[in-house]
Amino acid sequence: MVLKQRSILPGFGVAMGFTLVYLSLIVLIPLAALFLRTATLSWEQFWTTVTAPRVVASYRLSFGASLLAALVNAVFGFLIAWVLVRYTFPGKRIVDALVDLPFALPTAVAGISLTSLFVKSGGVGQFLDPWGIQIAFTPLGVTVALIFIGLPFVVRTVQPVLEDLDVELEEAAASLGATRWQTFSRVLLPAVFPALLTGFALAFARALGEYGSVVFISGNMPMRTEITPLLIITKLEQYDYAGATAVAVVMLVVSFVLMLLINLLQRWSSAHHVAT
Amino acid sequence: MAGSIALRHTAVVSAQPRATTESAWVRRLLIGSAFTFLIFFLVLPLVAVFVQALSKGVAAYFTALHQPDALAAIRLTLLTAAIAVPLNLVFGVAAAWAITKFEFVGKSLLITLIDVPFAVSPVISGLIFVLLFGLQGWLGPWLDTYDLKIIFAVPGIVLATIFVTFPFVARELIPLMQEQGTEEEQAALVLGANGWQTFFRVTLPNIKWGLLYGVILCNARAMGEFGAVSVVSGHIRGQTNTMPLYVEILYNEYSFAASFAIASLLALLALVTLVAKTAVEWKTTQLLANERAAAKESV
Repeated sequence: MVLKQRSILPGFGVAMGFTLVYLSLIVLIPLAALFLRTATLSWEQFWTTVTAPRVVASYRLSFGASLLAALVNAVFGFLIAWVLVRYTFPGKRIVDALVDLPFALPTAVAGISLTSLFVKSGGVGQFLDPWGIQIAFTPLGVTVALIFIGLPFVVRTVQPVLEDLDVELEEAAASLGATRWQTFSRVLLPAVFPALLTGFALAFARALGEYGSVVFISGNMPMRTEITPLLIITKLEQYDYAGATAVAVVMLVVSFVLMLLINLLQRWSSAHHVAT
Repeated sequence: MAGSIALRHTAVVSAQPRATTESAWVRRLLIGSAFTFLIFFLVLPLVAVFVQALSKGVAAYFTALHQPDALAAIRLTLLTAAIAVPLNLVFGVAAAWAITKFEFVGKSLLITLIDVPFAVSPVISGLIFVLLFGLQGWLGPWLDTYDLKIIFAVPGIVLATIFVTFPFVARELIPLMQEQGTEEEQAALVLGANGWQTFFRVTLPNIKWGLLYGVILCNARAMGEFGAVSVVSGHIRGQTNTMPLYVEILYNEYSFAASFAIASLLALLALVTLVAKTAVEWKTTQLLANERAAAKESV
């Protein structure tokens, strides 16, 4: 078996060597340390730690809020991508640039700003309070923060696919007598669906691990509004290193499974995309 | 031939738009809904930062920024980015060179591994360094005998920042360089250029905009990172507080206006990042269009 094909270009050894050393030092060895650390726990200790009621409550909140936020993002992200690709309106380029704001704005800044808006006396909260709707310091607040940080993932995955979509398909559907809605739901949506699902999964994965934008708006009440990443920090601050590590391993395994799924989705999406 | 068909095709579409677009009121409704969502979830949070920052007046705003602790936080944030970004820049170029210019076994595994830091929660990114270098960590006791501090000190903050910004440059360069192939480099080498000359005169000019974009994103994240840095910093005022951490401290002390004042600097950085990103994108599309036009002329 040939490990590397011959090439007249120089620098493979240096570039590859540096890449592998740097990757190992910064990413692989530190991550391995996390798994080795859990190995010092017995299986029962590990299981009791990661299934304690407070920990399970945090999974439920993290998963539930991330799922809800990713769903909202799938709907509105698709809508925004659609509007940006299909229509012209004043300020379109600004809107297009603004979609990336959650990527660029530090999470702590987003966190305090969303909190200041959604507390009872805040810019948005004061209008919701008379209706008995409270956002800040409830699971809904967590969801709002996760919607903020996840939005660009859906828009930026769906947008290029919509742009490349062949208009002939729509014309064919229309000339065969389909209504606009039929064309959308039977022709356009199936073509965009793999990309939409990828964007949804990316937003969900990002939301699961998110910390900075959530801690301010959530209120951090154990059992009620405590997300899993925060629980890891709480355990660390109590010098419960083993507990923090165990919960971190659970989260990490979930993240890696999601990463694998997203990779498969992206492959499916691009194959689908080429086929259509 | 293909070109003329495509042209005629667009002419037909613009003459008969009805079949492939929505009625005017549906269009307005969709645009309106998109705008409403964006206003509530993006515009208001951005505006609120500046409104809150100036809520106690312009004088209070500048006083907050001139506090010694605030200046120390700004210095530390700049220092961290000044170390993390160049290191990840060199790594990104080296990794992209190895991955895109050569064929070897395990390439897709390597690409996946480079993406790993994006999949890891920021909190865990900090935790792994605590487990390695903290007092209870693997290397903690050894570091302690030599009186070296990594966790709750600047080196830990830099390490955690390098970890979270690790993939940015590589990720931007790999697809770009894959598309460009190796023909131009091969030509340069055949004409007698050495490796460095080939890189600096052929490869670098081809990738400069993508590289710049990667660096901009990497820098924004390096200066704004909160979760990972929060775990390793120890929050010592004036010493191990970066700007985002200082924002949190002020906020938890109910100094809201001061907290938002520091936050407004980070929000300005985000806006500059977005403008730079748009400019780079515009530049690349323009270059691409020029290339296509040139290619057409030469035919």
